[in-house]
Amino acid sequence: MLDADFFRRWMTATAVSVDREADRLTALDSPIGDADHGSNLRRGFTAVTAALEKEAAGTPGAVLVLAGSRLISTVGGASGPLYGTLLRRTGKALGEAAEVDEAGFAEALRVGVDAVMQLGGAAPGDKTMIDSLVPAVDALPGGFRAARAAAEQGAEATTPLQARKGRASYLGERSIGHQDPGATSAALLIAALAEADGE
Amino acid sequence: MSDGKPVGIVLVSHSAAVATAVAELARGLVGGGTAVPVAAAGGTEGGGLGTSAELIAAAAVSVDRGAGVAVLADLGSAVLTVKAMLAEGDELPGTARLLDAPFVEGAVAAVVTASTGADLDAVEAAAMEAYTYRKV
Repeated sequence: MLDADFFRRWMTATAVSVDREADRLTALDSPIGDADHGSNLRRGFTAVTAALEKEAAGTPGAVLVLAGSRLISTVGGASGPLYGTLLRRTGKALGEAAEVDEAGFAEALRVGVDAVMQLGGAAPGDKTMIDSLVPAVDALPGGFRAARAAAEQGAEATTPLQARKGRASYLGERSIGHQDPGATSAALLIAALAEADGE
Repeated sequence: MSDGKPVGIVLVSHSAAVATAVAELARGLVGGGTAVPVAAAGGTEGGGLGTSAELIAAAAVSVDRGAGVAVLADLGSAVLTVKAMLAEGDELPGTARLLDAPFVEGAVAAVVTASTGADLDAVEAAAMEAYTYRKV
């Protein structure tokens, strides 16, 4: 079973990994975006960990709703409302349960990913975070390691794609050949699940 | 009509300068109608390019006179942040509405229409109509 502490560890592990990889995310965002993905997410997840230390969030759902709200408030770029919606909708789908099992979490995360697709209007293959989140959710019933591998593969598979959403889509064919920064950061988020689980 | 209360307008841009200038432009083209509350929510709180949910929420509250709040947004994160806030239900005034309209032309149409005492539906229709004015 996954309790509120697990979800706090998930957010903390994501913050650590975003901080470590911020320069790489920004480097990926330089040729096809506006070169701020790493710094934006670092600012957002720093705010998330600060809020989780300060504010009471006693259930898995409350942890994710609080984290998502902080991301929307602090990131400043499109990844804020997108990740914020992902976490808030997932958290709301978890309801007020004190613990959730992995199957329940997988279902809730799918609700969150669907909400992101609706908000951003992106589908798989558009070269966005969806390209690592959807395979991760599909693989999640097989465990966190399987989800991590699927997300990383999904992120790498964005390299040959032409962007159809966001700032990168203005580049047309010039967006081909670069791994999508959003798919890459989404893979970090998924990888942090395994870390929170002690792997 | 809306009982004499004007619809409020919020302009959300990646750039504080753009939001402020478009608000000025729209106000400047009103002439002598009802005073319309227009608030700019541009850039991040630190003054950088981007979108701030806090600035948007504060702007919406500041223009809410009870007749509805029309929100116009420019690009990517500005649009997505407003949509995410609206989806939440409690972060913007209950009557707040994101208008599907071009930013500059829609803002002018919205402010001028609101200055006639029009209600939120009429303001929205006028702003959306701005899409139909072809330039070539």
